[in-house]
Amino acid sequence: MLEVRNLHAKIGDKEILKGINLVINDGETHAIMGPNGSGKSTLSAVLVGNPLYEVTEGEAWFDGKNLLEMKPEDRAHEGLFLSFQYPVEIPGVSMTNFMKAAINEKRKYQGLEPMNAAEFLKLQREKRKIVELDSKLANRSVNEGFSGGEKKRNEIFQMAMLEPKLSILDETDSGLDVDAMRIVAEGVNKLQTAETSCIVITHYDRLLEMIRPQFVHVLYKGRIVKTGGPELAKEIQEHGYDWIKEEIGEE
Amino acid sequence: MQSEQQYIELYEQARQVIFDHAPEAMNAVRDQAFEDFKAQGFPSKRVERYKYTDMQKLFAPDYGVNLNRFHIPVDPYEAFRCDVPNLSTSLYFVVNDAFYMRDKWQEAKGERIPQAQLPEGVIVDSMANVFSHPSSLTSHLSDYYAKLAKTADDAVTALNTMLTQDGLLVYVPRNVKVDRAIQVINILKAPSNLPQRGEAMMVNRRVLIVLEEGAELKMLFCDHAADDRHFLATQVIEAYVGENASLDLYCLEETHYKNVRVSNVYIDQQANSRVNHNVITLHNGTTRNKLDLTFSGEGAECGCYGCVIADKQQHVDNNTLIVHKVPHCTSNELYKYVLDDKATGAFAGRVLVEHGAQKTASQMTNQNLTATREARMYTQPMLEIYADDVKCAHGSTVGQLNDAALFYMRQRGISLDEAKLLLQNAFINEVIDHMQLTPLRDRLHYLVEKRFRGELNKCTGCKLCQ
Repeated sequence: MLEVRNLHAKIGDKEILKGINLVINDGETHAIMGPNGSGKSTLSAVLVGNPLYEVTEGEAWFDGKNLLEMKPEDRAHEGLFLSFQYPVEIPGVSMTNFMKAAINEKRKYQGLEPMNAAEFLKLQREKRKIVELDSKLANRSVNEGFSGGEKKRNEIFQMAMLEPKLSILDETDSGLDVDAMRIVAEGVNKLQTAETSCIVITHYDRLLEMIRPQFVHVLYKGRIVKTGGPELAKEIQEHGYDWIKEEIGEE
Repeated sequence: MQSEQQYIELYEQARQVIFDHAPEAMNAVRDQAFEDFKAQGFPSKRVERYKYTDMQKLFAPDYGVNLNRFHIPVDPYEAFRCDVPNLSTSLYFVVNDAFYMRDKWQEAKGERIPQAQLPEGVIVDSMANVFSHPSSLTSHLSDYYAKLAKTADDAVTALNTMLTQDGLLVYVPRNVKVDRAIQVINILKAPSNLPQRGEAMMVNRRVLIVLEEGAELKMLFCDHAADDRHFLATQVIEAYVGENASLDLYCLEETHYKNVRVSNVYIDQQANSRVNHNVITLHNGTTRNKLDLTFSGEGAECGCYGCVIADKQQHVDNNTLIVHKVPHCTSNELYKYVLDDKATGAFAGRVLVEHGAQKTASQMTNQNLTATREARMYTQPMLEIYADDVKCAHGSTVGQLNDAALFYMRQRGISLDEAKLLLQNAFINEVIDHMQLTPLRDRLHYLVEKRFRGELNKCTGCKLCQ
């Protein structure tokens, strides 16, 4: 599904990604961990095409298509989704209008007619249940006045609406209480199928116990320095990152 | 030659013609207006309230003025396809600067158009017509004429007062509530034999609104141009809002790039009255809107809302002055601009809280989006306070659309253009949502979206009626 080869990227003059290699197949869940500032969020931002970052070298292929040549909106239409670490508030644009625009632009891309209002409302109702999101939020402006937990659940709600092939969850667990994290994790699990894949970026093992990735990667100084199974996340939880730094010959 | 010279000569030459075609009440103040105009001349850009719009330049062209009151054949009902009986407003037309007489049209067509159902005693009529039928009421009303709009203080008001010959008069008696909104469509239409004085035409519109104690009125003015000639329209609106009375005033401009509009609105509010003043510029050439609002009685409140969408070389200048003369009044101002291409916008708002006007509450906000590097916005919020127990705030911002929000939307699959549109709409809707007239609000949401999509390139008739 996703193949990233020797990816380098910078913001301003600062090089952050220094050669990322990553292959994700259909139905797989990968976790990316790593100390602060190692480039985890940059990797997700580059994959979805955030214009603040510049790719200087390398390739990224998504279902056989050159991801780096696509506009951000087309990457979304192709099935790439990012759950933002900090969801953006958009005053004056209601959740419903926002979602309607997103769904219908995707349908246009796929050559389909816009979804009719009744169908849309039904879909919205169904998907809201997955993350137990209050229906009152639908009439509010996007993320405006949402609590931290509501914002993150709202991200997963949007994921449910858009049915992406590959979802990247960028620290979706940060700022969540235990119950909210359970709701988010269960939501993500419900949305997983044999055809969809997921990248979970996190600092903590707790979310991974619920989402259960097959692969855990450690990103450090812009490179993936170690890859293992779920047990790697446990080790990091217990011992931190120092032993990995030592392994690769650093202090 | 200074721009004012041609108007001085015009008046000196055509004084008799102007007098012959206008009622006594309007003529009574004319010579004084002329003296005031002569004394002032058009303001230069050094004059504080005219800093952002060059009046000398706007009035310099050789405009034709229809002082002989030639009938200009236009059938507004035809031109605008307004289905009168189905409209939720009572509809009137002003063609250039003359009230369009419904009866004449009916006679000509041999058809009957239902007269607007106005409550008893309410007058919506040609000013010339009302003033030429003497009665105690008309003499009462003529006492209000040209009182708020002081010719000594503003050259454009002086010019309008010295040249205007007809206008619109609206009167609502004590405790009468006019439920249906009064809609006035201002149509600009040049006569086919436009007088020898060049291609451009000047019109001088005049409106007098008198609301007695406890009266209620909603008024909507729509400015349209029925042909693509160069027009300069001056407009003076005077509104007296009596005790406990309520006035909603909407001014919507949808003209074209050859159009110049200079509007001066004067409002006086008595105790416990309520005014909502809304000015919407969707399409224009050069527009200058001035609002002078005075609180003369305690406990009154006003909301002044403006939205501007301008692109190409369009220019829109809103200038407001709110005078809190007495205690316990509340004023709220919110003006928002979206400027694209090389458009220029200006907002200068001044709130004056006079000595002793305690417990004043006043809020002024001006927010602007500039979409290009060439678009220019001048903003000047001003507070002047001579009382010590008041709550006043003012603020202004100029900026661009939020990049983080744009990217967030694109990540969800919304194209950059569509994302911009949603954000611009959201920005302007905050003003529109303050408007009390629901059908107009809905219509404006629709028009604004069309405008941003570039589908509203020129005035194609009264959009509110289609």
